[in-house]
Amino acid sequence: MSADTPNSEWPDEAPPTTSKHGDRARIAGEELIEPKGDSLSGVTLTIDRPRADLFAFWRDFSNLARFMENVIDIEVLDARRSRWVVKAPANRTVEWISIVTEESEGDFIAWASEPDAPVPNSGRVDFRDAPGGRGTWVSATILYDPPAGFIGKAIAKMFQREPAIQARRDLRRFKQLMETGEVATGARNRRLLEEGKN
Amino acid sequence: MRALTWHGKHDVRVETVDDPEILNPRDAIIRVTSTAICGSDLHLYDGYIPTMMAGDILGHEFMGEVVETGPGSTLRKGQRVVVPFTISCGGCFHCGKHQYSACENSLPADNQDIGRELYGHPTAGLFGYSHMTGGYSGGQAEYVRVPFSDVGPIVVPDDVPDDDVLFLSDILPTGWQAAENAQIEQGDTVAVWGCGPVGLFCVQAAFLMGAERVIAIDHFPHRLELARRFGAETIDFEESKTYEALMEMTGGIGPDACIDAVGLEAHGFFVDNVIDQIKASTFLGTDRIHSIRQAIIACRKGGRVSMPAVYGGYVDKFPLGALMEKGLTLRTGQTHVQHYMPGLLNAILDGKIDTTFLISHRLPLEQAAEGYKMFHDRQNEVTKIVLKPGLEIAPAAA
Repeated sequence: MSADTPNSEWPDEAPPTTSKHGDRARIAGEELIEPKGDSLSGVTLTIDRPRADLFAFWRDFSNLARFMENVIDIEVLDARRSRWVVKAPANRTVEWISIVTEESEGDFIAWASEPDAPVPNSGRVDFRDAPGGRGTWVSATILYDPPAGFIGKAIAKMFQREPAIQARRDLRRFKQLMETGEVATGARNRRLLEEGKN
Repeated sequence: MRALTWHGKHDVRVETVDDPEILNPRDAIIRVTSTAICGSDLHLYDGYIPTMMAGDILGHEFMGEVVETGPGSTLRKGQRVVVPFTISCGGCFHCGKHQYSACENSLPADNQDIGRELYGHPTAGLFGYSHMTGGYSGGQAEYVRVPFSDVGPIVVPDDVPDDDVLFLSDILPTGWQAAENAQIEQGDTVAVWGCGPVGLFCVQAAFLMGAERVIAIDHFPHRLELARRFGAETIDFEESKTYEALMEMTGGIGPDACIDAVGLEAHGFFVDNVIDQIKASTFLGTDRIHSIRQAIIACRKGGRVSMPAVYGGYVDKFPLGALMEKGLTLRTGQTHVQHYMPGLLNAILDGKIDTTFLISHRLPLEQAAEGYKMFHDRQNEVTKIVLKPGLEIAPAAA
């Protein structure tokens, strides 16, 4: 089952992440990835590169900080585990260990945070051949449990309150990097770039 | 460096700002030798374009000399280049189809949200035209950071004056694409609404594409005279009834193709929360909508309507019935500048297209703010202002 495979009992072929019914999205999410929360979002973009290339780039998790805006660093610990360091308010950071729960070479990678993570989260990214020879459909599906308090603020910051928006922005940067070799910026120079002026 | 910066309605200033730098591998830095004020810059000047920030550098029609290149640039220092106003990566699906203004990768990721909300899809980044189009610093400056310099800028021969080729950056390709979208056939009568720079290039392009007659519509006598110079017949809509005149001038058939080049000066995109403000303004309101409505009503049955004029939001009373019942074709879009540049450069070098006739004023960059005011206040005789960094300041502006 992939991110877009509908349940046979459902009324249409639309991806479960686009369902108007929250429970349907939740059930679909739990079938796809480890149940680490009830906030599901999914985004698909077409990237004009072969599936194998995109999978390989993503699977080297140390690459992800190059296009995920709020990720400061990802340290690969072993074949399945990696340590994520993510921006938080007031120049602080939050960290957790993420573990690959399932993967299939060239097809998908699913991950979940380790049980003691301050921010329980899980997700998967699917790579499928786009129709018409247009490259690859990349779908990111994220499930997370927004906690309260300081960490909650960190997560709101990480996901720009709406996880789908942040996931889409990150995927757009992934697409830019893969299709053009760089991430677009409207900044005129380094100072403005560092100040986040676009 | 010195640059023309925006600070609010009718408040632009030439200031010293920090220089641009190479940030991405495919960037180049251009030292600007000529840059024009576009009609669409007046909408920034008038404060109608949202997502502007104080200090933004304006300008999207510019050319100059390559002074620095990133490792991925194909340009060399010292080359003279004209830079397209649209920023395009050259490698995405749309660039592959030469739909450069639909480039998927030139707009920074965070700036794409508004376009997705408003239009369903974000479009390409543009120079000097608000943060909705990427926040890229524009060309009314001494230096510009040009992304994807291996795709956009076109190298021009050393012995060709700036004035001959500057308009490859925007208005000449825009006029050409508009004429192409009109799918002109031999013997056609083509009507052009608006004799601004793009409309005047439409007149020239239409004849080159085989039109037998071109009818140009405006209300500024000087602009109508320029259209006449290129062989157009004219209608002054303040003196004559446009629809009735068009019918009488075409034996009751109507023009085979109609080009709406009135709103063309607005390259801008307006978000829906300012649409009321736009409609309330005198020159962006009913008049602009009036021209496309009139073009559709006047067009012959089975004819073509081309709309280089930019509409940013929603319109009222659009004649959808006329479009359907008469079987018209409507084609439009922001200009795919990179697609047209090589062919049009050759046409200029071969003397087939004249572009310099447009330039009514040349000013140093230092007098850019006066240029905006002059362009804004005197549209009849001020057809195009070209700014030249380093040009000696005239004793008194014209």
